[in-house]
Amino acid sequence: MKKKFNLSMKSESKLFYLYTSPFILGFLIFTLYPVIYSIILIFTDADMTGTGQFVGLANIKKAFAQDPLFYKSLKNTLYFVVVSVPLSLIVSFLVALLLNNKKIKGMGIFRTTFYIPYITAGVAVTLLWGWIFNAQYGLINYFLSFFGITGPNWLSDSNWAMPAIIIMGLWTIGNTIIITLAGLQDIPEQLYESAAIDGASRLKMTTHITLPLATPTLFFNLVMGIIGGFQVFMQPFVLTEGGPNYATYTYMMHIYNNAFKYGEMGYASTLAWILFILILIITLIVNRTSKYWVYYEN
Amino acid sequence: METNVVIKKPTLNHKSKSKVETFNLAISYVLLILLALVFIFPFLWMISTAFKLPSEAYILPPKLLPKTFTLENFIQGWQYADFTRYTWNTIIVTTLTTLGAVFSASFVAYGFARFKSRYSSILFTIVLGTMMLPNQVLLIPTYILFSKLGWLDTLKPLIVPSYFGGGAFNIFLLRQFFKTIPVELDQAAKIDGANSFQIYYKILLPIIKPALMTVAVMSVAFHWNDFMTPLIYLNSDQNFTLALGLQFFQNSYGSSQVQMLMAVSLITVIPLLILFFIGQKYFVQGIAMSGLKG
Repeated sequence: MKKKFNLSMKSESKLFYLYTSPFILGFLIFTLYPVIYSIILIFTDADMTGTGQFVGLANIKKAFAQDPLFYKSLKNTLYFVVVSVPLSLIVSFLVALLLNNKKIKGMGIFRTTFYIPYITAGVAVTLLWGWIFNAQYGLINYFLSFFGITGPNWLSDSNWAMPAIIIMGLWTIGNTIIITLAGLQDIPEQLYESAAIDGASRLKMTTHITLPLATPTLFFNLVMGIIGGFQVFMQPFVLTEGGPNYATYTYMMHIYNNAFKYGEMGYASTLAWILFILILIITLIVNRTSKYWVYYEN
Repeated sequence: METNVVIKKPTLNHKSKSKVETFNLAISYVLLILLALVFIFPFLWMISTAFKLPSEAYILPPKLLPKTFTLENFIQGWQYADFTRYTWNTIIVTTLTTLGAVFSASFVAYGFARFKSRYSSILFTIVLGTMMLPNQVLLIPTYILFSKLGWLDTLKPLIVPSYFGGGAFNIFLLRQFFKTIPVELDQAAKIDGANSFQIYYKILLPIIKPALMTVAVMSVAFHWNDFMTPLIYLNSDQNFTLALGLQFFQNSYGSSQVQMLMAVSLITVIPLLILFFIGQKYFVQGIAMSGLKG
């Protein structure tokens, strides 16, 4: 009996490895090996082929002491994250709040409308926004002209190019809206009912029930927003190529240029790891603050 | 007397309250409709520009409805670069990566859901861990790896990785779904003589079809739009995907080609819109699951 049991354990273990083998192989080839390789690359001057000399800490020194574009791209990326992440959190929370009302009819239509820009977000709609931001014939400046405002040259004005990219990003928050809405819909109905019996106003219910109970969802969106925001790449690459005058040159573009334009794989790997550590530290800090503002049931 | 008051009070309250509520509802509708217009208007603008004559695309004030509708932009725009080729490449990449993600992730998820081994929980932790791993760190060594394999400027680097596990999140999601199916079903099939692969393929996969659809629609949407991977790996024109090909129009805002750009952009967005309307409930489910992860 015991022998038979052992045997079935063994065959079960075999089946486990059989079925998970694609992942195990993929992990070794496309995760573990690249991670180790890229750590080694930090200490080399490797080119496109991946071969190079050992250079010690030269790459790290270069980033912090000799590369003005490192700071410039970091500053731009921080600008993007600091403005766009809170803005999209606030806007998506407000929209979700509006949608979280059982009496609203046509809920599906609204949800679809807000979600479609997210689904289609790619080069095509990015180029569409380039046209909308066009200084002369663009919709935005035409709209502003109704209020007697002469709009800026948006994408070719170094002060307005980054705000333009942030505005465009706000248009694709459908995903965040739906995640937030799902969080709001999870709040037990009884809480509102008992608050209503106690005579609480709608505003009070929002600030004392909805907002605190939505904090776990907001926290999730915040962390995902930060991680995504630090990697912003396609929009500035397509719209402005990082310009004008490096105003929209993001950190990810700096990694891309060093790796695939200049073939400095060692330096680019160093930049990538610095970004990773930076994101990690910020995420950890945000996580630390979570006990002061995120509500957990237990 | 007293009872009278008690009865009267709530009815009064109720009336004024419902008035306030109607007012609130009206404001909600106004705000939502305004917002919806803001979200939808860029698309209307895209459609409108796509049907305009060049002379009408560049006029002030801009008109939402073109005076003369022309299909010329679609025809000329499509020939501006080899968009038929790019579409074909995009379809190949999207289809093959999606098939890879669906089958590979469900295969692995089945392993995690149904079989145990000494290291199975450690391995599952690794699955979850890779979700948090930064792509930008993996990008460069992976590029060098593919370059050593001689796969640069082919579609292989875009497709092949999805057959190795199909993405950590998909494994996680499908494992959760497999777990909801009672093991007795497997056992009954086993008694009937089915082997583990037949149980996976013939019995369990059909049951989790909605979850597979979620994985599929998310994968299609992602790969159809993916820009960075093709940008890194593809050099020659004939291998481009649509996302790369559209770049030919990049500097065309001022050079009277914007109507062509909008026409071609519109064509590339339409498949995604169709996908969304067909698979809407799967998208919503996918997002709900991605929120659950946190």
